Amino acid sequence: MIRLENLTKHYGSFVAVDDISLEVPSGVLYGFLGPNGAGKTTTLRMIAGILRPTDGRVLLGGDDVQRQPIAAKMRLGFIPDRPFVYDKLTGAEFLRFVAALYGQEGDAIERRVAELLEVFELASWKDELVEAYSHGMRQKLIISSALIHRPQCIVVDEPMVGLDPKAARLLKDIFRQFVARGGTVLMSTHTLEVAEAMCDRVAIIQHGKIVAEGTVDDLRRQHRAGDASLEELFLKLTGGAHVRELVEVLGDGERTEPRGPS
Amino acid sequence: MWRVLEPKWRTAIQRIREERSRGGSGKLLTMVVAGSAFWIGVFGILYRILKYIRGVEDVGPLLAGKILGVVLLSFVGILVLSNVITALSSFFLAKDLDLLVSAPVDWLRIYLAKLGETLLHSSWMVALMAVPIFAAYGVIYRGGVGFAPYAVLTVFPLLALPAVAGTAITLVLVNVFPARRTRDLLSIIALAAAGGVIMLFRLIRPERLASPEGFRNLLDFIAVLRTPTSPYLPSEWASQAVMGFLQGTVDPMPLVLLWSTAAAFVTLGAMLHRQLFAAGFTKAQEAAERFVRGGMWRVTIGTALGFLPVGKREFVIKDVKLFFRDTTQWSQLILLAVLVLVYLFNIKTLPLHRGEPVGFFYVTLVSFLNLGLAGFVLAAIAARFIFPAVSLEGRHMWLLRSSPLDLRALLWSKYWVGTIPLLALALILTGMTNVLLEVRPFMMAVGLVTISGLTFAIAALALGFGALYPQFETENAAQIPTSFGGLVYMMATIALLAAVIVVLWQAVYQYVRAVYLGQPVVVDAAMILWFVLAGALCAGATGAALWVGLRRMERFEF
Repeated sequence: MIRLENLTKHYGSFVAVDDISLEVPSGVLYGFLGPNGAGKTTTLRMIAGILRPTDGRVLLGGDDVQRQPIAAKMRLGFIPDRPFVYDKLTGAEFLRFVAALYGQEGDAIERRVAELLEVFELASWKDELVEAYSHGMRQKLIISSALIHRPQCIVVDEPMVGLDPKAARLLKDIFRQFVARGGTVLMSTHTLEVAEAMCDRVAIIQHGKIVAEGTVDDLRRQHRAGDASLEELFLKLTGGAHVRELVEVLGDGERTEPRGPS
Repeated sequence: MWRVLEPKWRTAIQRIREERSRGGSGKLLTMVVAGSAFWIGVFGILYRILKYIRGVEDVGPLLAGKILGVVLLSFVGILVLSNVITALSSFFLAKDLDLLVSAPVDWLRIYLAKLGETLLHSSWMVALMAVPIFAAYGVIYRGGVGFAPYAVLTVFPLLALPAVAGTAITLVLVNVFPARRTRDLLSIIALAAAGGVIMLFRLIRPERLASPEGFRNLLDFIAVLRTPTSPYLPSEWASQAVMGFLQGTVDPMPLVLLWSTAAAFVTLGAMLHRQLFAAGFTKAQEAAERFVRGGMWRVTIGTALGFLPVGKREFVIKDVKLFFRDTTQWSQLILLAVLVLVYLFNIKTLPLHRGEPVGFFYVTLVSFLNLGLAGFVLAAIAARFIFPAVSLEGRHMWLLRSSPLDLRALLWSKYWVGTIPLLALALILTGMTNVLLEVRPFMMAVGLVTISGLTFAIAALALGFGALYPQFETENAAQIPTSFGGLVYMMATIALLAAVIVVLWQAVYQYVRAVYLGQPVVVDAAMILWFVLAGALCAGATGAALWVGLRRMERFEF
């Protein structure tokens, strides 16, 4: 469903994404992991058509995102990491607006709006301006907007940030059901427990390149990691020594006494 | 205080560095040239007025002092309003406040730092404007080298006083209303007040005061000039201090008054801040809770645009809703309405209809030149309302670019949402002006058709340049047109207006000549050629601006 071919992105002389190729088939929940600044968000934004690749291409259901953008994007639901929504629209109006961007309107959409707002516990807020919503509520609204047009694949950047435990659990269930019905989810996350518990396959990206790809068991075998957790594997592959050093510095460092305002 | 403001000034320095590394010298040069031209213009006009006044015996210095007093008083008025609005952002809504309030920083440091920030943001334009004014006074009255530092010494407390007063007013208001409601309230009050003052000033027709018949004798006139406009206002003290220095009779009293009052104000302001800031800041966290249904727009615009595809239709409805729900946006329409009334009032009071055939010539000339003036007004309005349209979508581009919405549909929606109200205004302005001027049908037709063509081009230029020079980080729509892109847009629009006026003048001259000589007006091939050329200029500008805007939007990256 999602296919990346030699995807590359340069910002001036800086290479953010370096010749990535990847295939995410239908019915798979795929985890995209990596340290900060590794190129995860840039890759996801290229998949969503927000950034233009310097080289390579992205295919969604066989349609090139740059050459056949309308057909490709009709299949997609994108959830960004930062929930910027029109502050002066109400939650219900925002969902109707997003549905209209996908050419959908009418009674079916009205029912879908009501259903999604109910599921994400936003029904009592539906006629209130988004400017009054909390961070988590905005995040829920954006997730609802990505589902409003019944996409075939969902690309999601850090889905759990800002969500309360109940909403996080709900989202996990929604994603699992979505995948069980043949949908595809490509999800970047820092929460390795979530990735380990939910993802069918994972890719680990560092310095813009994929350094490992497969199921968690595949990765254990490839790197002779025994029954190591995904977190341990991740640290091994992305330079976990640095983390241990940092922990030591923080633990043994001199305690700074408060000195009052200067 | 310097440390508290460190993130701000470091950001400013970094922006300048980035600009320089991107080869922004052309940008800087354009800004310097445009700014210098404006300064020289203001200096030149005031220089001529003061030179004339200086030659008038007895009354000269008094009149010059009076003018300075009025100018400074208007500055103080503008500054208080501007500080009230700026203080709301810097003291209660700024993003750095959470960090500052939670850090172990003394309340007095926060107050002084934020006061400094407010003062800088709200006064820089007035301070720049004061430079050519004081320069003209210094040159005419031979103030010498010492006048420049003396003027700075006088102006600084004059800027500080409204900053403290404005901040204090905001502090009290925020304690009464939630900050976001206060912002809504203030923008309406401020603009209604500004509109009222303009109306009042225009309706009393100050130009009549220039005629000597208004005063019984010279002594009465001098007596009026000697009376201070407002003895308790700092603008009067500043005017006295400056005129005293320039006339060689240095009286330290006005300066002492200015500085001691400023010091007292800052102290009182700090005390008030200590008492009220914590409560006000807490209250400012409250959101303006508002439940809206928005059914009205769906029924009206939704039905009217029923023929459009759903994506385009909803985009238009969304833009209209966002505009009318943001008080800071629509409240500026109050000022716009006032300016239109004043514009029409000015045309009405022109003494033109005094006889034929000279009257006909002037009426036609005024009606024709009015096209340029109306075009300029429309360009300024488009700069405020259409130019920021693309920039304001910046934060939401993730949604628009990841959805199957065609960017042409987005541009189309932005263009028509801006153009239709602008066109209505253009037709009202030109039509009403021509009715008041009692022009003949030929000029009425030329006026209405030309202004329509210009409106399409002006709106396209605003949108195109807005896309070419986007300001995605600015949340305040009113700040976006004051950017470099806004300046380039205004320059391009003025060039278009000039070109269209020059081209059309050939046709209008042919018409005026025929009527003046009593010959029948013949619309011949030459006249049609000029009309076609003017139309081509407008159409070319419209097409090119939208095309460039679309290409630029396709290259946006977020």
